[in-house]
Amino acid sequence: MPLSWAFFASFLLAAAGYILGRSRAFATAGPDARALHSRPTYHGTSVGLMALLPSLGVLAVAAILRMAGVLTDETGPVVGILALVAAVIGLGLGVTRIGRQYQARNAVERMVLGLLMLCSLIAIVTTLGIVLSLVFETGRFFQVYDWKTFFFGTEWTPRFQGNSQLGILPLLWGTLYVSAIALLVAVPIGLFAAVYMSEYASRWVRGFVKPAIEVLAGIPTIVYGLFALITVGPLLRDYFAQPLGLGNSGTSVLTAGLVMGIMLIPFVSSLSDDIINAVPQSLRDGALGLGSTPSETVRQVVLPAALPGIVGAVLLAASRAIGETMIVVLGAGAAAQMSLNPLEAMTTITVKIVSQLTGDSDFNSPETLVAFALGLTLFVITLALNVVALIIVRKYREQYE
Amino acid sequence: MYDTNRRVENAVTPKDIKIQARKVQVFYGDKHALKDVDVDILDKTVTAFIGPSGCGKSTFLRCINRMNDTIPIARVEGEILLDGEDVYDRRVDPVQLRAKVGMVFQKPNPFPKSIYDNVAYGPRIHGLSRNRAELDGIVEGALRGAALWNEVKDRLSEPGTGLSGGQQQRLCIARAVATSPEVLLMDEPCSALDPIATAQVEELIEELREQFSVVIVTHSMQQAARVSQKTAFFHLGNLVEYGDTDDIFTRPKDSRTEAYISGRIG
Repeated sequence: MPLSWAFFASFLLAAAGYILGRSRAFATAGPDARALHSRPTYHGTSVGLMALLPSLGVLAVAAILRMAGVLTDETGPVVGILALVAAVIGLGLGVTRIGRQYQARNAVERMVLGLLMLCSLIAIVTTLGIVLSLVFETGRFFQVYDWKTFFFGTEWTPRFQGNSQLGILPLLWGTLYVSAIALLVAVPIGLFAAVYMSEYASRWVRGFVKPAIEVLAGIPTIVYGLFALITVGPLLRDYFAQPLGLGNSGTSVLTAGLVMGIMLIPFVSSLSDDIINAVPQSLRDGALGLGSTPSETVRQVVLPAALPGIVGAVLLAASRAIGETMIVVLGAGAAAQMSLNPLEAMTTITVKIVSQLTGDSDFNSPETLVAFALGLTLFVITLALNVVALIIVRKYREQYE
Repeated sequence: MYDTNRRVENAVTPKDIKIQARKVQVFYGDKHALKDVDVDILDKTVTAFIGPSGCGKSTFLRCINRMNDTIPIARVEGEILLDGEDVYDRRVDPVQLRAKVGMVFQKPNPFPKSIYDNVAYGPRIHGLSRNRAELDGIVEGALRGAALWNEVKDRLSEPGTGLSGGQQQRLCIARAVATSPEVLLMDEPCSALDPIATAQVEELIEELREQFSVVIVTHSMQQAARVSQKTAFFHLGNLVEYGDTDDIFTRPKDSRTEAYISGRIG
């Protein structure tokens, strides 16, 4: 509590500092404001920031030390007072600096630069933190479980009494199978939709179709999951699986794959549309001028020119498919098995991470810790895909700039 | 540079008329971009279109191979006869028309393919060769025709986009020549090139004239005077004057032509 009071109080002090600094600067300037190096607003901002930043710094350091266990909770009031003192000292220092020669504008620019750098640093540090926490927990998992069984085991039967079989292969197989089906659905449909929108559709149709497709992207994945569970799953079971004698399951790889493919269509079509539009008009004119039909132009000139970017888009879609959870939970079931039959229930890495960590979990047993190893594996796979995609997309950009 | 005797060899007879335009109007939406253009373009002759920016010369050029069809708001009226047939007749497929009327654009636009595939593109889509050897022959012939063969013969499989600007433009000319067109339209083909590359392309135009009719849009009056036998001057959507290049530049009949070539308008 004292900390949040100190937090708000330093903002109030900063606001007061701004007003004080500004009026002080006006007073110093006399009748002609141009006598000052910087405009009074900058003097005000400079005083305000000099009050705010030290106290925020004190609070941040205290918060980190507290998380690390160096400081106890009882130190709260002390830290709060310290922060306020820092704010007052900063304010006082700022006010005394005001003068005709003081370069407040440059000082503010420097502080703003620091603020921007801090924000990007936070994003990077957070990513690093996520990776590190995964790595540590995964390390603990491999201390209690054999890594060879994890990576090469073909059985997934966690038992909370112990003696579990925790092989990743059935989950990896399920993940890749579902993702492959999803991409088989999303890539052709998304790509052809993009070709239609960018090459054939009139401006009016495009203005209507593009947002309509992008509505799909706004649907929460759990809603797609429901669609898979109550519509697509039973439909496939009643009209394909049972008549063909391929299974009785309402949930299946095909169900999850199809619905996930629909989810990815706007992703593929929107990215591909942008990429196809970036192909210079001069190439189309060149092909048409040689007597190509519009479809020859698309197939032989526009798509090859856009290919690297499209590959990038597909890889980004693939990494989304691999990380998708909700559709799989509801569409594909929870049975960890390796089968080629797309109408059987299977499961994926993400689903098992959720099921290992929900309910009563003891964070020392391999059955729980395995979730972190699974998460790290998933992270490495999607990271690799993203890196490859970014490299390809960047290469493409260089070609036409 | 410009040899006056050459015109004697090309004494104009009526059957030499390749393209006959009558009362051509072009509208971009509500804008009347080209008004009542009548012009006869001769076979095996270089015809230059000159005029200030926005005067309609490129618009008219793009009418001849119906490239304006690709602009949704463009509308063309009047008739343009190619060998006596109206190119805007409903039976004419613009795709076939463009195989006969090649085009070279302002900015070099090689496809992101190898040099060989760039040149072989047209012959392939129009089925001009029966086997690889024949296609090789067409590609070599076109590259020689574009005075590029010696520079690229050892690297035909490298991307066309890796060539220099002047080489790229000659590659685009080779690409257009490979479909053996009857007319070659060039829309400011040298505006993105340096003087040396420009001179090479101009020399090339001179050679291409022996095979077919060349129509070139240019902003450079010197270039028009150097490469063409006939010149048309466009101004504000009108064809102001059309005649022998010599006459246009030395004895213009219209005061606007005179003002433009002496640098007072434009």
